[in-house]
Formats: sequence, C-alpha cells, structure tokens
Amino acid sequence: MKLPLYLDYSATTPVDPRVAKLMCDCLTQEGNFGNPASRSHVYGWQAEEAVENARRQVADLINADPREIVWTSGATESDNLAIKGVAHFYHKKGKHIITSKIEHKAVLDTCRQLEREGFEVTYLEPSTEGLISPEQVAEAMREDTILVSLMHVNNEIGVVTDIAAIGEITRAQKVLFHVDAAQSAGKIAIDVESAKVDLMSFSAHKVYGPKGIGALFVRRKPRVRLEAQMHGGGHERGMRSGTLATHQIVGMGAAFAIAQAEMESDNARIDALRQRLWDGVKDMEEVYMNGHATQRVSGNANISFNFVEGESLLMSLRELAVSSGSACTSASLEPSYVLRALGMNDELAHSSIRFSIGRFTTEADIDQAIEQSRNAVIKLRDLSPLWDMYKDGVDLDSVQWAAH
Amino acid sequence: MAYSEQVIDHYENPRNVGKMDEADAHVGTGMVGAPACGDVMRLQIKVSDEGVIEDAKFKTYGCGSAIASSSLVTEWMKGMTLDQAGEIRNANISEELALPPVKIHCSVLAEDAIKAAIDNYKSKQ
Repeated sequence: MKLPLYLDYSATTPVDPRVAKLMCDCLTQEGNFGNPASRSHVYGWQAEEAVENARRQVADLINADPREIVWTSGATESDNLAIKGVAHFYHKKGKHIITSKIEHKAVLDTCRQLEREGFEVTYLEPSTEGLISPEQVAEAMREDTILVSLMHVNNEIGVVTDIAAIGEITRAQKVLFHVDAAQSAGKIAIDVESAKVDLMSFSAHKVYGPKGIGALFVRRKPRVRLEAQMHGGGHERGMRSGTLATHQIVGMGAAFAIAQAEMESDNARIDALRQRLWDGVKDMEEVYMNGHATQRVSGNANISFNFVEGESLLMSLRELAVSSGSACTSASLEPSYVLRALGMNDELAHSSIRFSIGRFTTEADIDQAIEQSRNAVIKLRDLSPLWDMYKDGVDLDSVQWAAH
Repeated sequence: MAYSEQVIDHYENPRNVGKMDEADAHVGTGMVGAPACGDVMRLQIKVSDEGVIEDAKFKTYGCGSAIASSSLVTEWMKGMTLDQAGEIRNANISEELALPPVKIHCSVLAEDAIKAAIDNYKSKQ
C-alpha cells in the first residue's frame, strides 16, 4: 500500500535518523542502559552523564540554565505540572488564572479541573487573526491573579504570541507566566531571559525527537515553586519523580541541538514551501488563509475552502495526510474551537484544512498537494448546493436553515 | 474513519448530480440541513402527470456518507410513485450503505429530503 504524503508535521514529526541512532545506543546491554539515579557504579554514572548532556542541549536552545529543566513525559504533562503545580503551591496568594480560548486542551482541561477545585479562570478572546495582545493580559490582571498561561505558537493556525511583551507585564505585577512552547521550540528563537517567562513546556516529538518525552523550564531566579504532581523518589529536584528514560532524554537533547543548529536553514526552506502551497491555491475563489499573515511560524498553512465540507474534503485528499478543522464524529459536527474563537462562521470552520510542512517535505510534495486540493475542491463544489447558491448571488446568512 | 465500499463508490461516482428548474410545476425541491451542522442536501424530483418520478437530481454539501445517502436515494426514486418514494426509510439507506452509528443522521437527512421534495411538489399541484 502506498502511504499518503505526510503534511501533518504539527501533529507529530518522524524522528530524525541522527536522533534515532543516538537513542538506540541507550537501550541494550552493550549500550548506555543504566539507571541515571544509580550512584554506585559506572552504568549509572554514564547514564547520568548522557541525561545531563541532554539537559544542557535543551537549556541551550532557550538560553536557560540546565538546572532549570525538568524532564516530563511530554508537553501535556509539562502543562499540567506548571499550572496545577503553581496553583496548588500559591493558592493562598490568590486563586485567579488567566489563559486564552485557543490554548491546547492540555491547558484548557487543566484549567477546567482547577475551576472545579475553586480557582477562577479568565479565558481571553483572540483577535480575528488569532492573536492575544499584551493589553488584554494587562486588563485581565487582578489582585488575586497568580498565573498567566498562554501558548507561544498556536497548533492549529500557527500564529505567534508576543511573549516578550506579556512577560514584561506579568513580571512587573509579580504574576507567574507559563508558556506552552510545544509548537515553537526549534522553529522560532526562544530566549527565556529576554522574554520574562517563568515556566515553559516542551515536547520532543514536534521537533523530530521521540514521543513520550518532554520538559518543563522552571525559573530559578526569581525562583518559581511548584507542588509536585507525581511522587515517588524525589527525582528532578522533587518536582517530578520517576526513573529517567535515558534513551528518550538523549533523543530529545539531540533533536533540540539539531533544531538549534539548523533552524535558520530549515525555516528558510519551509517558508518557501508554504508560500508555494499558498500561491498554488489562492487564485481559487473563496479560499482563505487563517491566522495572522506575518506573525506566524513557517510550517503551518491553515486554509479554508469555502462551500466545501471538511470531512468530504479529507476523503478526497486521502493521498495527503493532513488534518481538518472539524470532526464529524457525532450527530452534530463540531467545528474547531480555535477557528470558532476567531469569530469564523461554522461553514468556513468546517471547510478548513491544516497543512503542516516540515524538515522532510519537498517541492514535489507541495505540488502534489496543490494539484489534489484543487481537484478535490472543484469536484466538491460541483456537488455543493451552497456553492450553487453563492454563484446565484444568494446570501447564505439570510436563508432560514433547518438546524438538526 | 473507514468508509464502506458502497459509500466510496457513491462518493467517487455520484449519481444524478444536478439541478432542475425550481419553478417548473412538475419539479419538487427539498432542501434540508444547515451549513452550521455540516450538511445541506438539495433533492429534486420531476414527476409525471401519472404521479411517477421520472427523474431525480441532488447536490449535497456534507461528509462522504451524506453525499452517498443522497446519491443513493436519487437512484432508488427514479421510476417510483410518490407513495413508494415516501416509504423509503432511513434504515433502508443506512443498511444499503453500511453506515456506522455516527453517520446514521446522514440517512435521516436523506429521508427528510425525500419528504420535503414530495411535499414541495404536492403543494404546487
């Protein structure tokens, strides 16, 4: 079976072969398999050295001190540890948290849980371009605010939050600032010193590293305290217990080091590919690129093809592995909450496809994606009564639809 | 999601795609669904003076199962009397297309479209 062309790098990335090689060296009897916590023999020492080397590689990418990096199982766990850890440690200081409507579920569901525990959460509304402004954060700030949690780059639409400007506001008010950087690490330069970030979540598998490993940056000066969410041995300075997975950690370190070395060249190439994709479809009528035009990462192109339903579009694009802005898995189809939060109407949200481009995408891949997308959209518009009505000049908003 | 062969066949080769003149007294038009819900079906029938459906056309905005459901009923309805067509049930459609439970609403919508087209035709007589 011929596999579809992979254009879903925002969902996950394949492990870079250079990374996989280093990981394999940490598994078998001949390799570096020891427990990094074993103090009494060379197996443990070697494993510990590999783990600390990786910790430095991750810290280097974001200009942090290696002692500020805590290993976790991924960005979801990092988000949980940061938000619950801060809330549970600082709850006597206040019980108000600020986040946004377009965060990843790892942040939103964690905030919902804290609401059940008695915390209050403000969910900021993004602009129609998907941005949260520093002014919005400043306005939402209260006496009892203890934490602001915002994503650096949005996973669906690829827009970039101005974390440096927001960090100035939170630091001035002595409120902690957590940033989910799962989609930005290795794609845009991050400096946790110049951007006054207190906590930052990372994932390895979005950056050509393995799944199952992530990290949380926890600032030392001024010191950020967390209540641990996982207990059992006091690993990672008591913040996250559990035997460290040497091979995973080595993979994440290597992936971050490669990202740092190759970010500029990767970005230039990927940016050109994204432009090629957009140039290939933008002349069709009623086609829109979602999210801010320039304040964005290079790999993401979230495009709405109006009057075509997303799931049937995906069915036509089965030779492309992309993701849709809607999921028709229940009686009433749910459009993406992110696109909806931008104020986009449901039809347009249903009609959107996220193409995400990465290190191994070629020009030929993009040309194939363009051709297939064009053919699918033309075919489905021929089938679409909405397209007919649009062509006949009917205002679809004026029609009385029988919602079901 | 895995689609049945029947759904893929109708999706790849939809039958009777098109549009008839809504103003024609012999034509009944049924439009059901809503863009916000992700599916809109327009089903049209052309009925002879003897009350037999001579032709049927559809256009559907929706998932593959919605397209297949409407394509299938246009095939079935041709040659039927209005009464016969009115007896088509969503269960017949979902069975023929082997729709999974989450897609049953597509067949319900197709049944609604048939009824709406018949009602529209009758209201013109």
